[in-house]
Amino acid sequence: MAARTDTRIAPEQPPPSPRGVLGYRAGRERPAGGWELWTWLFMRISGIVLLFLAVGHVLIMHVGGEGVSRVNFAFVATRWSSPFWRTWDWALLSLALLHGINGLRVVVQDYVRPVAWRFAVNMLFYVVGFVLFVLGTVVVFTFDPSRWPGVAR
Amino acid sequence: MAKRKSDVGTLYKGSPGQWSWMAHRITGVAVILFLFAHVIDTAVVGWGPNAYNRVTAVYHNWVVRLLELGLVAAVLYHAINGVKIMILDFWPSTARHFKVLSILTSAVFVLSMVPIVWIMGRDILDLAFHWNL
Repeated sequence: MAARTDTRIAPEQPPPSPRGVLGYRAGRERPAGGWELWTWLFMRISGIVLLFLAVGHVLIMHVGGEGVSRVNFAFVATRWSSPFWRTWDWALLSLALLHGINGLRVVVQDYVRPVAWRFAVNMLFYVVGFVLFVLGTVVVFTFDPSRWPGVAR
Repeated sequence: MAKRKSDVGTLYKGSPGQWSWMAHRITGVAVILFLFAHVIDTAVVGWGPNAYNRVTAVYHNWVVRLLELGLVAAVLYHAINGVKIMILDFWPSTARHFKVLSILTSAVFVLSMVPIVWIMGRDILDLAFHWNL
């Protein structure tokens, strides 16, 4: 008798879920291991650093002071006279590109299914990212306003 | 047979994280695409004041400023929602309070946007209509 009651009630119970306390995932599943786990971890660690670098940059350059209306050659010359801001901007450039391009790779994984297309799209982003990294690095470390005397105060 | 509606969310089979997941993607892609352009426009500073000041003149325009406000919002949303993702990932038991976390995330984002919209919005209105607020 008890056994029969059990079989009638059992289908009403939700099946045990392997997906945590909510019964569904609240975000992207953590990869099991290997390269994907490392990039997963990198996204979070670089995210914490970018929380300061990127949000700080946006608040200082776009919201504070007079925002972008004060930004011109003389402004950059003054700002980059300090190694602190050159380092900040270079770290932001590197981490934002790595974080952003890995993010694009994850998005491409979802939306570009054919293997050849996926490879091509990813490669395009990698090449663009690399070229911009080199360009940004060269400019941030070789910029010398004294080549244009009288412009920067 | 009745049309099957989603059990847990507003979209077809969506779960409560779907909107923030979508917003996180859209803001992320928007920011990286802007970054591509921004690295190039900043790099022009290496070609001297004439070139660079011509480039930055693009930003003295209310339409571009409106886009800039959107960029700031995108960066902030992505950052604040990113904190939520990390809390859920590193302390999985917090998923129990997923709804509270989502409301908190949205509240922090909206509250931080209030002064920003005021500050940047004043400049935009000044450029667009010469309103001096």
